[in-house]
Amino acid sequence: MNQLINSILVLLVLTGFMLLSSSRLAACIRAIAIQGVLLGILAIVIQVGQLSVAGVLLPLSSAIVKGFVLPWLLFRAMREADTVREVEPVISYNLSIIAGTAALGVSLWLGHRLTLSNQPPSSLLVPAAFFTSLVGMIVIASRQKALTQVLGYLALENGVYAFGAAVALRLPILVELGILLDVFVGVFVMGIAIFHISREFDHIDTDKLRARTARL
Amino acid sequence: MTALLISILLFGIGAAGSLIVANRIRWLTFVGAGGVILGSLTGIAPAVRAALGAPPQSLRIAWDVPYGSLYFRLDALSAFFLLPIFLICALAALYGTQYLEAYRGRKALAPSWFFLNVLAASMVVVVLAHNAILFLMAWETMALSSFFLVTFEDDKESTRQAGWTYLVASHIGTACLLVLFVLLGRANGSMDFDRFSASAATGLLFVLALIGFGTKAGFIPLHVWLPEAHPAAPSHVSAVMSAVMIKTGIYGLLRILTFLGPPQAWWGWTLCAIGLSSGVLGVVLALAQHDLKRLLAYSSVENIGIIALGLGVGIVALSAGAPFIAIVAFAGALLHVLNHALFKGLLFLGAGNVAHETHTREIDRLGGLLRRMPGTGATFLIGAAAISGLPPLNGFVSEFLIYLASFRGAISLDASGSVPMLATLSGLALIGGLATACFTKAFGIVFLGHPRTEHAETAHEAGPVMLVPGFVLASGCAFIGLFGSTVVQSMAPLISTVTGLPRISVGENLVQASKSVAIVGYFAALLIGLAALLSLARTIALSRRRVATAETWGCGYANPSPRMQYTASSFTQPLTEIFGTFLQTRQIFTGSDQLFLQRAEFRTHTDDPYQRYLFRPLFHGISRGMNSLRPLQQAKVQYYVLYIAITLLALLLWQVS
Repeated sequence: MNQLINSILVLLVLTGFMLLSSSRLAACIRAIAIQGVLLGILAIVIQVGQLSVAGVLLPLSSAIVKGFVLPWLLFRAMREADTVREVEPVISYNLSIIAGTAALGVSLWLGHRLTLSNQPPSSLLVPAAFFTSLVGMIVIASRQKALTQVLGYLALENGVYAFGAAVALRLPILVELGILLDVFVGVFVMGIAIFHISREFDHIDTDKLRARTARL
Repeated sequence: MTALLISILLFGIGAAGSLIVANRIRWLTFVGAGGVILGSLTGIAPAVRAALGAPPQSLRIAWDVPYGSLYFRLDALSAFFLLPIFLICALAALYGTQYLEAYRGRKALAPSWFFLNVLAASMVVVVLAHNAILFLMAWETMALSSFFLVTFEDDKESTRQAGWTYLVASHIGTACLLVLFVLLGRANGSMDFDRFSASAATGLLFVLALIGFGTKAGFIPLHVWLPEAHPAAPSHVSAVMSAVMIKTGIYGLLRILTFLGPPQAWWGWTLCAIGLSSGVLGVVLALAQHDLKRLLAYSSVENIGIIALGLGVGIVALSAGAPFIAIVAFAGALLHVLNHALFKGLLFLGAGNVAHETHTREIDRLGGLLRRMPGTGATFLIGAAAISGLPPLNGFVSEFLIYLASFRGAISLDASGSVPMLATLSGLALIGGLATACFTKAFGIVFLGHPRTEHAETAHEAGPVMLVPGFVLASGCAFIGLFGSTVVQSMAPLISTVTGLPRISVGENLVQASKSVAIVGYFAALLIGLAALLSLARTIALSRRRVATAETWGCGYANPSPRMQYTASSFTQPLTEIFGTFLQTRQIFTGSDQLFLQRAEFRTHTDDPYQRYLFRPLFHGISRGMNSLRPLQQAKVQYYVLYIAITLLALLLWQVS
């Protein structure tokens, strides 16, 4: 069982690197989708031995939303905004990967140092969760396209979800449903906003959008 | 208590009313000044009663503000500070009715009256507040309303600059007070003053109070706003600020001391050191000034120094267990608070009369005003003598008490107690001498001799409304000077509140101390009688002879001109040269040393050394440091997210490691 959890976590870390290294938006969206599905499986696998109906249905619905519905929305936004790749990242892709490696180091050290009230099922879980969040932050900070930033926020949320799986085996159903709904609505709104922004301004570069806001 | 609330209400009505009738100048003056005067008259009776020992009254109303309550308490300490507030505010408002006439049509007067009412109300609330939140709110209102009063002539660059200096200084002080009250509140679980009691770090609390309240009071080196703000403000506002508003700093310090339990000796040492440096440097800087109101502002620093000396001696004595010395020293310091309010108010109003009539505050452009403005000159002379600490006026009584306490302390206390006492003695003597020189210069150059410019030549006496406040204050100075022992004896409830000693023993000690004061009073009366006698003799002697007027100092000049008179700088040059190291006076001489005279110019200018060598470099440094952060401001969402992420990560790492 531990073997399975660890392999899921390694895959999670790898998708994080995929998100960091790929310039193609489609690949990034797929990385996020894979992360969503992996997290759903992870949440179920962790509970093996004390499974309940809600305990299966919730991760399942989360996996469906994050793995299929959100990617579908994002692909649609991508087509509508007519962007295929992130062209001008603030830091280069090589540097992104180096930053990701550093983040992995920090996460491992943190996971080692952080004492939790209840022991997580795998020693890799906390580092992987931290790493996913950090990747999200790097992406938010270093990419220009609004769509990529949405992906960053999703990665951030995935990291938080993984951490939640690590510390609290069971959250109240309502809370989990609420979070899921929040993320869904958030992406939905962002998708519409991106579409409208790109229609107004012919691009979705946040870098260029800033010229339209009053400079401080 | 009800009367005091009505008084605050009247100030409020005055404030609101002056905005409502803003465009009708007659009504505006009536309403604006009326609010301050009526409010002050309503409040003064209960304040006098409480200061003389009526039992403390309190009133508590619930308030929605977290930790706040409308908790007012009138005890002897509050009441004692209410007296000058009401007196000076009422007189200043009366004075302002005519003083502001000159600005009619050029300036909107409604804000000035509005803020004067607000300032009066906020000062009353500051000394009555018994809840930290209420206190801080009133404190901030006081700072802001006085800021707007200072920047009345906001079309002048220098006035705006002065206003900013004041605002910044004031908020540095308030920041310390905020920390102070939060610490006290956290330790005691309540923001009400009567719940505050000595907690662990009393030393830290004392230092915070010293900085926070010292900024308002004008302790050196926190005094830098005073010489900027006082000259910039209209004269009646300067009078209110210098005479009473800065005293709220002393009030706050005393109020905090009552929470902190038995004082430690080093607090007294610190206050003595601050008092010495403020007193000596304040008066030395005053000596070097050319601007009459700036001179008065520095003299306020000096007098705050004298008050701090008194408090310091009192605290040293308290911690050494010498109640008599402590009681006399506190009595001297507190009486000096009242005295300074009287004579500094008087002097600022007098300087206002001069500026109003001659349109200049430059001492070297005046001269010979005593003939042209006899009323102003006479009251200014009384104020100048009083502030120099000369008998038979009030300044002498309070300084005498501090002398008495430190003499006693220097003799009877052990080494650690007698050193500050000796320093106080010598410092006070030096301050007194220099103050006399300073005010001899101020009075002599402005009022004696011949007019140096046409402005001074054509000056007339100010109107009666602008003279009456001066007469009232001058008679106040004389009253305390002549009936010093009665006044000192009546301070027993106040001193008992401040020191926490039982009232009966305080009363006995004060009676004992007042005997010496009484002797001084008799001598003062004798002196006045002698002077009157001499004057009478002179009149009689001259009555049958021919009286002619001649040049005072001909010095052999064939054709002397008023410009050959002593100037303010030349009069004080011997003294300012001695203190040249502190003053750093800049001398600018343009001319040549050739045989035949050519056009030449000589100028001196004395900046505030602390402003120049401490605060200006400090704030420039801060400003440069902040500029180096400019690149962080990229106006890119990504960067801001990154900053947040890095901060969070750093906090996490710090917490974990």
